[in-house]
Parts: sequence; structure tokens; C-alpha cells
Amino acid sequence: MSDQRFSGTDRYVATEDLTTAVNAAVTLGRPILIKGEPGTGKTQLAEEIARGMGRPLLQWHVKSTTKAQQGLYEYDAVARLRDSQLGDERVHDIANYIVKGPMWEAFEQGIQPVLLIDEIDKADIEFPNDLLRELDRMEFYVYETHQTVVAKHRPIIVITSNNEKELPDAFLRRCFFHYIRFPDKETMAEIVDVHYPGLKRELLSEALNAFYELRDVPGLKKKPSTSELLDWLKLLLAEDVPAEILSSDDRRKSLPPMHGALLKNEQDVHLFERLIFLNQRNAR
Amino acid sequence: MLVDFFYRLREGGLKVSITEFLTLLELMKKRVIQYEVEEFYYLSRACLVKDEALYDRFDRVFSAHFKGVEDLFGPDGADIPEEWLRKQIELGLSDEEKARIEAMGGWDKLMETLKQRLEEQQERHQGGSKWIGTGGTSPFGAYGYNPEGIRIGQDGSRHRRAVKVWDKREFRNLDNSLELGTRNMKVALRRLRRFARQGAADELDLPDTIESTAKNAGMLDIKMVPERHNATKVLLFLDVGGSMDDHVKVCEELFSAASSEFKHLEYFYFHNCVYEGLWKDNLRRNSVRLPTLDLMHKYPADYKLILVGDAAMSPYEIQYPGGSVEHWNEESGATWMKRLLDTYPKAIWLNPEPQERWSQTPSIQMLSELMSQRMYPLTVSGLEQGMRELS
Repeated sequence: MSDQRFSGTDRYVATEDLTTAVNAAVTLGRPILIKGEPGTGKTQLAEEIARGMGRPLLQWHVKSTTKAQQGLYEYDAVARLRDSQLGDERVHDIANYIVKGPMWEAFEQGIQPVLLIDEIDKADIEFPNDLLRELDRMEFYVYETHQTVVAKHRPIIVITSNNEKELPDAFLRRCFFHYIRFPDKETMAEIVDVHYPGLKRELLSEALNAFYELRDVPGLKKKPSTSELLDWLKLLLAEDVPAEILSSDDRRKSLPPMHGALLKNEQDVHLFERLIFLNQRNAR
Repeated sequence: MLVDFFYRLREGGLKVSITEFLTLLELMKKRVIQYEVEEFYYLSRACLVKDEALYDRFDRVFSAHFKGVEDLFGPDGADIPEEWLRKQIELGLSDEEKARIEAMGGWDKLMETLKQRLEEQQERHQGGSKWIGTGGTSPFGAYGYNPEGIRIGQDGSRHRRAVKVWDKREFRNLDNSLELGTRNMKVALRRLRRFARQGAADELDLPDTIESTAKNAGMLDIKMVPERHNATKVLLFLDVGGSMDDHVKVCEELFSAASSEFKHLEYFYFHNCVYEGLWKDNLRRNSVRLPTLDLMHKYPADYKLILVGDAAMSPYEIQYPGGSVEHWNEESGATWMKRLLDTYPKAIWLNPEPQERWSQTPSIQMLSELMSQRMYPLTVSGLEQGMRELS
């Protein structure tokens, strides 16, 4: 039973609502759709499910040009045309030109694998619809070789979306859904602890305060997220910045050290500098 | 019990399908969760709700349906802001008034009514005898007088009890029937972007042509695709002055953020209703006006017209020549509106006023009729409907 359930790993803090949703998906072998702010660990979830449960991980990163068919298999017609010009023997067997996609490979695994379909919203609007039957029955038909590929074990399919396109209802009905919220301060402290166990407590609490205050600055174009916080902490550790520098009095007068890891946009940096300037003027 | 829950969800505006419901039952049967309400909440949410914008609606239905299960409805209801309940008025009542209040009904009835009121009431209230607030004779609130009253948020004797997850309603600002704020601005932007991408002219698909030619053993097979490139041209007319200024700022930000997605985006200002002149610079509105007729000649009919305004004004301003509050207009607002709509068949009006209030304002009704009902609320869902109308 222990490896049948997912409950977070030593590198990944999963909240109770997330584990409930993942376990439902694992139990029924249905896809789970994950949404959330960028940098909240959507993609990482699949990696951690695979690692935590000891399963192979297959990844399919979707781009705006990706077609559903490419996940199943591709027929490399150009190679076959070239081979026919050169009189290659291989040309007589069409199976030589069928290239397996990530879904086919997932279907062939000996134990239940984890398949990540990353950023499904980047693809064309028809993309999810083209996968309905494949996700439902976990099988598909190869027209070129007249064979049906059936999954040996229903893979755990993790689908992520950044909400750039609406997904069709018929597709959503076949998935479980979870929205990863931005973690609150306690969960964030847990997450940081998992990544940097040796972090000094006062440094951590000062850094978290600075971080949440920065997120509260109105009008930021891109609010720093979890992954940016982790990068920033790494830098602070590497430079051995003492906690006092981060304390809030100082911050009113200057940008936090290594702010480049948190603010990714020069307009945001300008905005922040202006706020500091105003604060200084008010202080006088 | 769960079948009731299913139907209540559907009544609550969540399109839960039978397959999703059966999935939930299957999971229950397979003992995915232990017997805890919280776990059941997470599980049913993952099964039945497929959009974070609907989480809040789900929370409300869940709360309403399962309120008896854990006796979760405590006096610490997460919905009641402290400021409503600040002590304002000390109250003295006559004996007969007390008797009248006593006749309101038993404990259960009070709880029921309180829940209802909470659902109806959206703002701070004090005094009076119905709403929840301070110093009144309503059975609900603080520092008031009602022998059967329920005390909410009063200092002291508060039951320290954790508020249930679904009662915190943390996803409230993701609900897309709310007004546009910074939070759901992004979602609105995506809707606009999608709208901007729907222009459909055909162009040659080179990779696909090569591929199918190869498949075809060298015979030329030309493939076409719809053009992804944006071709949408937008004229944006914004009502400025008075109550509209905040909304106009939101709209301007919204559309200028999306402007890279449009081929052309031009915006102009008007006040209350469109007449013979519009202006681009609000500071010089009285000196530099552009004649509306010139505008209609300059921008061809394939421009899409979006008007943003609260449409709240005196009916004279629409119906009669000379009705404008600012200047003498030779022709009525209605005439100009008709002219505009004849020139630009694709047009919508976005209205920041809450849709419930539209029927009470005659001028909104009139303009909505002029627009042949193409008036939409300035919310994410309203924008979506509007964009569908335009494309």
C-alpha cells in the first residue's frame, strides 16, 4: 500500500488537497490536470510523483505547433521518400518509418509509468479533443500498420496548464482537477526547509518577510514566485548575507540584496526604487 | 444524500456531469479517503470542479449542503468583517418592542435566517431591524438588543474554533462573475487575446505541403491553414467624467495591454452619450474635438466598435436634440448612435454597472435597445460574451 499512495517527497511539500487529488488519479488511472501560478511547481509534481512512487517518468512538452498525433506516433514520410530514391531495402516495410511518441512509450512500460503532458494550453485548441479517446481507453490504432496499441498499465498522466486557452468540457470531464494556490507563509517555510535544511532561522524569517512584502507591492508586472524565492535564498546563502541586512528598516532604504533573482523586469525594479525614494523622503 | 448534493451543485450553477459524479462514487467505494469531511471536500472538488473560477461557487454549495454534518456553522463565520460590528450605538428599547422581537421564532429558525441574510448582505450595516450589523434590533449582530439574538464578532465569549476551509471562501476573487480587478485582469486579457487571434484568412502551409507531397510519392499536394496572424481592428470609445473614471482606467489598461494583439487599436473619449464630436486628450476636450463623421469616414466598417460606459444619464440626453449636459447638440444622441451602428455592424457596449441594476435605469434600457441588446457587464464573463459577439 505504501508505494500505491503519493504523499509528497523529501524534496516536494504537497498539501493535503493536492495529495488527495493525486491519489484519486492514481487509483482510477485517470489523468490529473494541474493549474496554478507560474513557478508553483506544476511540472515538478510529475517528477516527484515518479520519484516518490518509484515509477519511470516520460515527458511530453507541448508547444504551439505540437499535434496530438505526435504524442502517439509519427510516420516519417520524408525519410521513406528519400530511401525510395536511394533504393534502400527498408522502404518496403512501413513499420520502419513509424516513430513512437511519448504516449506509445508510456503504454509499453512494464510497470505503471508517470506521463507528463506539460503546458497543454500552448497547443492548438483542438489538441485536447484529439486525445479524448486515447486518454479514456488508453489505446489507439495505428493506421499505417493496422495494429492497435493498448496500454499494459494505465499510466498516471499529469497534465499542466497555464490557463492561456480554455480547455474543452469533454476533455475536462475525463480529468481530475487541482489548482495549486500560492503557498501561505507556513507552507512556504516548510518548502524552504525541504530545499535548504541548514538555513539559519532568523535569515529565513527575515527573507520570507522581505519576500511577502515584495509580493504585496502593488503594480508589479511579475510577482516573484516560489521558484524565484528558492533561487534568491541560494544566492543569499552563497554570499553569506547576514540576517540583519534583510531586516525591514534597511529595506525601506535600499533594494534587497541580489534583487535580480526576485524582480525579473526592469520596470518592476524602477517601480521599487521609486517606492524606496518616496519612503526615504517621508522619513526625513 | 449525495444525489441531493449532486443536484444542488447543478442548481448552484456548476455543470457537473453524471460521469464525474459516478467517478466520485467509485472513488468512495475504493476507499481513497478516510472518513473525514475535509478529505471528502478535497476529493469531491478534484472530481467535480474543473475550473478554479468555480471553486467559490462549489465552496458555497458544499457549505450549504453539509452544514449539519459537523455543526460547522459557528459564531466565527468567516464572512463577517469586524468593521460592521464596531460598537456604535447603545440601545434602549421599550417593553412592547422587546415582546415583538421575541416572537420571531426558535433557535433553528434564527440560524437559518442568519445564514440567508449573510448570503444576501454584502456591505456593512448598522441600526435598522433586518440586516446584520451593530446596534440594531435585528436578531443578528452585536451590541444590539434582541433576546434571541445571535452575537457575532462581539468582544469576549467568542468560541475559538477553526473555520472550515470551504467557509473561508479563499477563491472568491477567482469567480468570473465579479468585476474586473487586478487579479482577474490577466484572465480577461487572455479572453481578449483569443478574440484577437480569430481572424481567418488562408495561407500556404509549407511544411504540411512538403509532407503530404512526400506521402503522395512526389505529386504536388498543396495544403492551406487558417492564418494565425491577428487581423482585428478595434475602435474603443470610453465614457469619461464622474463615476466612470475608475472603470475607464481599468479598461484603458486592459485594452492597451492587449494592443499588441490587435492590428489597430484606436481610442476616443465621450461623455455619457456619443454626439457629433469625440476627443483623444481629456485635458483638451473642449478645444480639440474630432468630428464623429470624420471618424466614421476615416476608419472603415471592418473596425469593431467597443463602447465602455455606465449609460446612466437622463433620457433627454439620448432622445432629444439639445439634451446633452455639456453643450448644445443639433442632433439627438440616439441619431448618432444609430449612425455609428450602421457604420460598424460589429459593436458592443460594456457596462461596469452591475447587471441587476440595469432594469432600474431607463437610459440603460434605451441604449441597450439601441445596441440591439449587445450590452454586456464589465466582468470576465461579460467580456467573453462580448468578444464572442464581436468575432
